[in-house]
Amino acid sequence: MDIFLTLLSLLDSTVRLATPLLLAALAGFYSERAGVVDIGLEGKMLVAAFAAAATAAIHGSAWLGLGAGILASVILALLHGFACITHKGNQVVSGVALNIVALGLTAVLGNAWFEMGGRTPNLPADARFGEIILPLAEALRGVPLLGPLYFELISGHNILVYLALAIVPLTWWIAYRTRFGLRLRAVGENPAAVDTAGISVTRLRYQAVLIAGLLCGIAGAYLSTAQGAGFQANMTAGKGFLALAALILGKWKPVPTLFACLLFAFADALQTRLQGVALPGIGEVPVQLIEALPYLLTVLLLAGFVGKAIPPKASGRPYVKDR
Amino acid sequence: MSAGAGSDNLPWWATGLLLPVVNVTLALLVSALVIFAIGEDPVGALGTMLRGAVGTGEGIGYTLYYATSLIFTALAVAIAFHGGLFNIGGEGQAYIGGLGVGLVCLSLPGWPWWAALPLSVLGGAAFGALWAAIPGWLQAYRGSHIVITTIMFNFIASSLMVYLMVNVLIKPGQMSPESETFSASMFLPMMADMMAGIGIEMASSPLNFSLFLALLACVGVWAFIWHTRWGFALRATGANENAALYAGIDPRRVIVITMALSGALAGLLGVNELHGVQHRLMLNFPAGLGFTGIAVALMGRNHPAGIIPAALLFGALYQGGTELVFDYPTISRELVVVIQGVVILFAGALEHMFRPALVRLFSRRPSAVTSKPAGA
Repeated sequence: MDIFLTLLSLLDSTVRLATPLLLAALAGFYSERAGVVDIGLEGKMLVAAFAAAATAAIHGSAWLGLGAGILASVILALLHGFACITHKGNQVVSGVALNIVALGLTAVLGNAWFEMGGRTPNLPADARFGEIILPLAEALRGVPLLGPLYFELISGHNILVYLALAIVPLTWWIAYRTRFGLRLRAVGENPAAVDTAGISVTRLRYQAVLIAGLLCGIAGAYLSTAQGAGFQANMTAGKGFLALAALILGKWKPVPTLFACLLFAFADALQTRLQGVALPGIGEVPVQLIEALPYLLTVLLLAGFVGKAIPPKASGRPYVKDR
Repeated sequence: MSAGAGSDNLPWWATGLLLPVVNVTLALLVSALVIFAIGEDPVGALGTMLRGAVGTGEGIGYTLYYATSLIFTALAVAIAFHGGLFNIGGEGQAYIGGLGVGLVCLSLPGWPWWAALPLSVLGGAAFGALWAAIPGWLQAYRGSHIVITTIMFNFIASSLMVYLMVNVLIKPGQMSPESETFSASMFLPMMADMMAGIGIEMASSPLNFSLFLALLACVGVWAFIWHTRWGFALRATGANENAALYAGIDPRRVIVITMALSGALAGLLGVNELHGVQHRLMLNFPAGLGFTGIAVALMGRNHPAGIIPAALLFGALYQGGTELVFDYPTISRELVVVIQGVVILFAGALEHMFRPALVRLFSRRPSAVTSKPAGA
């Protein structure tokens, strides 16, 4: 029973850690399926995390913070669109540029406004997204196996976790069962055909980039106002890139991407558990190696076990009408 | 990736000078806005930066010292760009390259600097090359995305260095994770001392012999890319992998070699920072200069002749930024990071925004070109 509870709490933190990855990876899904490569997930999450924490700290409302985070992220997304769609710039370079701008801007503004070395003040509980205890969770806790499973793993997360999980089937439905989704996927594979059908490639790609901005905004707000209690300099620490790797691992499909995110999150959850623990036969693993685990895992997975990951055909290429 | 000058009929000084100047002006305007937004005086702040960077002999020395490191990391980005690769792992490659420099210097106690320098250059280049060649190999043979892998390698490099410094290379009996100091005989000569030797007085600064090495690297990279068979294979692969294949070039091999060369150049940052100035192995010595190399390379249009002035500009920004923090406590050093991001945005991603306007401006003047607008 003890091992069962340990496992449950491990899975519980997996779900918590997977949420921002999942939201960012789904953001990448919309953008990349429409043919716009998005290296800038990281930067969008970072500005959103900062804007959300700063707003929540000043106004005391997590929801206002979420709105501010989404706004900041969407502004960055529009800049990306302006560079890559309107001016047909290099999408990777634009993403890297926005990441660097985000890194610098959050540090400069954070220092100037709060004078805490780039951090924002610690948020009180009511300025964060609190845990939601699902109905009957307490009552059913005593039921063997299923009770703890329901109480520990399924209940007791904040609303953004459930939102992120709900967005997976929603994304699947939008992408594969709606007209917009069909066009979105078409514009990433063959924009000329979409153009010939009389649909604006530019408009569709802007819509995709905006959705990416919205989802990254939620992911960033989650980091600073739900999972954490405030913003820290560079708090995304590569999560945007892990999300991108998860998207590639999931072969640009929503449900496999969910599982890839859970895998990365599990590695992350495991690393906090493994610190300072002596493993049988190996001894204590250096803490730095454990910390590098998610990154090493990304490199290994991208290198070997994906099979052949085929990106959307037109991704990375600006669409030039009428050449 | 559009490296080098375009084929439209712009005079060289328009692409080489006017566009970069427009880009920098815009970036400075954006940073002025940021300074204004946090309630400080933009004109005063930028004036302080300028004075700090070039107002004193010491400031100029520091500017050139930062520029030395930036030339290495920018050449690294540029050479990869010409091979069609976007290497954003310069930070990690510089970090691991510095490890190579440090290990060489620590293992040659008592050597004179001129004998140790070639070996420490080799050590830095070899370690940096290895750290970049692995992502290169993964891209070429396993199809991993080079941008993601090099970013992951930055994180891994950082963990590895913390482990090594804390557990292995730390000088016994001290708290801070730094190695033993290198033998004093092998410290690279400081520029101020060298100049004093030939009777020129110069303010003391960390500027050292490495500057000559950086300039040499510029010439070397220029000759390699445009005047060797290997350089041709590299540019051919960057322009069109399939065409390169038909020309009898193996693009996969070229990718690995290009990345190795790129990493080797980034690794030389350690010569300037460790062999030249710090004289010991320590944590976080690349301090973002690896990332700044991207902005410098893009601004210098991936050509050594452009990279040198761009490196001077960013060296001045770094040094000016340090002075700024003294005078304006609310403004932090990261303002330079914002500026470099905006420069990458304008010079890299939005390079097509101003170009058509310039082309239109120039095509109005009498010339043999047809009157069709070039933007279509």
